[in-house]
Amino acid sequence: MTDDRHPLFKPLIFVGGLIFGFGLGFSHMARPEIVLQFLTFDDLGLLFVMFGAAIVSGIAFAVMPRIRDRAPLTGNAYERRLKSFDRNVLIGGGIFGVGWGISGICPGAAYASLGVGNITILWALAGMFLGAYIQGYWRSQHADARPTASAGD
Amino acid sequence: MVTDPVALQVAADLFPNGISRYAVGGMLVGLGAVVIYLGTGIPAGASTFLESTLSYVSGQSRFQRYVASRDWRVVFTLGIILGGFLFALTVQSGLVSSSLYQSGTTGQLHQLGGFTFWTTNVQPWRLFLGGTLVGIGTRIGKGCTSGHGVCGVGSASKTSIVGVITFLAVAIGTAQIVAALGVTP
Repeated sequence: MTDDRHPLFKPLIFVGGLIFGFGLGFSHMARPEIVLQFLTFDDLGLLFVMFGAAIVSGIAFAVMPRIRDRAPLTGNAYERRLKSFDRNVLIGGGIFGVGWGISGICPGAAYASLGVGNITILWALAGMFLGAYIQGYWRSQHADARPTASAGD
Repeated sequence: MVTDPVALQVAADLFPNGISRYAVGGMLVGLGAVVIYLGTGIPAGASTFLESTLSYVSGQSRFQRYVASRDWRVVFTLGIILGGFLFALTVQSGLVSSSLYQSGTTGQLHQLGGFTFWTTNVQPWRLFLGGTLVGIGTRIGKGCTSGHGVCGVGSASKTSIVGVITFLAVAIGTAQIVAALGVTP
């Protein structure tokens, strides 16, 4: 699968990442202080980051499946991002919320934060890898008993 | 035009840094996700990178399921880091200026080789402890601010909307408690 990818696949992912990261810097979402000011209602500007991003992506998610069947670089069908709902969405969302409220940083913003010079964010990135490892280790041990795991994103 | 002084005062209280940098930055974040989606059909999320990258060093089944996507997820994350870096070299350093951008006063600025870099004042223990919970929660909860918040909400996914409301409400409560306990910054 890796070998028959389109030669522009990774360059396009990279360019998308560049714009994404530039936007996180420009919006100051890469600054934990700004996220914390939002969560304590001192500056509600972050609403515009979230809705601005969701509206732009929402247009593409709504339009593309109607006008084209498959993406040029992968042949993947254009689909919306739909995930099944179960209690993990609430449990995980709750744990994420506590962590976001303590630190003011989420994964994408942490990567961009490193880019704007914030080496201190390595503490958060180390924590994120540790946390991802803890849950992955635990779930790997317990998943073997279950039938099949659903495809991840 | 809104000229009502009360409305203007309320807006200034709620949005002390204006809204343009937030709206423009958010639209760029969405645009980055759209570029990837148009070319590949992939609704990209940022937190899967954590697990997919762990598959390079751990044989746990939970990480191995991401082997097929781990290389491009590294590319995506490098792009995000360099995108932030590009922002630092241009707008943050003042070499590119725009009336849509307000620089703000948070954190520390550092001059290096003619460019301006930024570091946070938020304490390392908060970043590490919070980051650990973010790492656990985003992976159990099937997405983070980009996967659920940008692509999921953009897809009008009920799961993502419930996920966003959950982590947003809990984060607001947590941040208020931490602030009330006098922890700053």
